[in-house]
Amino acid sequence: MSSVGSGCRQAFMRALLDEARKDPSIFVVTTDARGSAALDDFAKALPNQFVEAGIAEQDAVGIGAGLAHSGKRVFVCGPACFHSSRSVEQVRVDAAYADLDLKIVGVSGGVAYGALGATHHSLHDIALYRSIPNISVILPSDAAQAELVARALARRRGPAYVRMGRNPVPDSYAPGAAAFEFGKAERLREGRDCAIVACGEALHYARGAAELLAARGVECRLLDMPTIKPLDEAAILEAASDCGAVVTVEEAYAKGGLGGAAAEFLSERRPTPMLILGFPDEYLPAGSSDELFAHVGLDSSGIARRIEAFLARLGAGRAAP
Amino acid sequence: MTQIELQRLRIIALETRKRVMNMVFTGKGGHTGGSLSSVDILVALYFHALRFDPAKPDSPGRDRFIMSKGHSAEGLYCVLSRAGFFPDSWLSEYGRFGSRLFGHPTMGVPGVEMPTGALGHGLPVGVGMALADKRDGAGYRTFVLMGDGEQAEGSVWEAAMAGSNYSLDNLVGIVDYNGLQISGKVDDVMRLSPLAERWAAFGWMVVEIDGNDMGQLLAAFDALPARPGSPTLILARTIKGKGVSYIEGQASWHHKVPTKEQYDLALVELDAQIAVCAAEAAV
Repeated sequence: MSSVGSGCRQAFMRALLDEARKDPSIFVVTTDARGSAALDDFAKALPNQFVEAGIAEQDAVGIGAGLAHSGKRVFVCGPACFHSSRSVEQVRVDAAYADLDLKIVGVSGGVAYGALGATHHSLHDIALYRSIPNISVILPSDAAQAELVARALARRRGPAYVRMGRNPVPDSYAPGAAAFEFGKAERLREGRDCAIVACGEALHYARGAAELLAARGVECRLLDMPTIKPLDEAAILEAASDCGAVVTVEEAYAKGGLGGAAAEFLSERRPTPMLILGFPDEYLPAGSSDELFAHVGLDSSGIARRIEAFLARLGAGRAAP
Repeated sequence: MTQIELQRLRIIALETRKRVMNMVFTGKGGHTGGSLSSVDILVALYFHALRFDPAKPDSPGRDRFIMSKGHSAEGLYCVLSRAGFFPDSWLSEYGRFGSRLFGHPTMGVPGVEMPTGALGHGLPVGVGMALADKRDGAGYRTFVLMGDGEQAEGSVWEAAMAGSNYSLDNLVGIVDYNGLQISGKVDDVMRLSPLAERWAAFGWMVVEIDGNDMGQLLAAFDALPARPGSPTLILARTIKGKGVSYIEGQASWHHKVPTKEQYDLALVELDAQIAVCAAEAAV
């Protein structure tokens, strides 16, 4: 596995262009975000399938809905911080309620724009979109998976929110072994001391934590959960019953995201001790993405340390299931 | 356009007003004032201007209509049922639990293209539909009816910019300019004047008409596109509550339900107007 990796947004857009060459009904709408959404090649290659809406997210989603209503398969692409919120009523009404084939693709999400400040962070988007019926929520974890997500969504009808980062992200899958099945988790590591369920580009920090813990004799199962809605409940249930403790890791506010989804499900089906690791309910100091992950204890060593403390709290004498 | 055809449409509009009053009265809810003000516009569209087949509401070549002022749903439902999209019996379900007809247009009702009611949504969607037509060379037109209070929504102006940017002369915006919104006079809530100049400045060809005058409506729709290469904005000056004396010009009737006495009086007034139209048509 490469430690440098590549960018999810570039991989996603390359695959989308490839799909759009084969399917002329695939349209991209953007908001002055050709560069940030890596759409230059798409705009040049397929101008008839590309629509520039200007810096106007509400209009972009409305236009996208009108195109989708006319039989286009529409991807509205732009910075996640704006697209996740500015146009949420258009997404709810014009895409999800109207049940049109429109995808919102948010790039530079989470704290990818770290130093630009909270105006440019999108940590609320998972909770926001999870709360809207008839829209799926997907966070690819690395570039290879992002490509698979693009190809899957190019063929799958219906509203979706996809969130990716900006920077190169370490590969989580071996070359050629990346996987994405809509609504399904991928098991990346075996273990019975604890299950770590992660989504999006935070997965690589979780993987690092699992490796640190393994070196200390704590074996964690690691699940990649790219589809947060619909959640792979079977995989969560199996992890809870096999491991007896579940930790979630995400680049989102800890309230209402993947952790919230897993906790809502497990509290009803199989109450299980959980540690929900995400960003705190506050605005962050200036810093790069890596610095902010470390600041909130979401880098690999921070995650490992908090999981150890969590397992210690559960009791050294906790019987292995 | 013969005088007989004009009177036929006027009578349809008056009968539609009776139907609207009945829906609001029996359904115990609805947006009376705005529905009555926009009835003539809807009748001119569905019984003269729009190209559609009610048996094939999804046919690709149909003209599109979006009721962006979704709160005036009763008028739309009455016109759609009369145009043959669904049976008249659906109208009497209105206001009951599980009715197919919600208080704002929703998907699943034949003839309703988009769910509306959150204001400022219709025009951006209309831009997308018109853009799809341009890209495909399909040859249909898209009409979007907006309220005047709705003009305060920023997304309307985002779409206004995009409509002229893409030279969408297959797109027609209509403003039901009755001058009243839920709190009172539109200009007391958020001044719109000069509305025609604002639309013109955004690159639209503006046509100002009396939106309760069937002849002016038909003439405006017959002359589309008003200027090749530009979207058209029809500024239709109307009277809120048009057709019922005690509702006309009263902001308080935005979503008021008539009493039995008021309902009966409305029918008497509308029947009298129908009789006048019928007599004129017979001459």
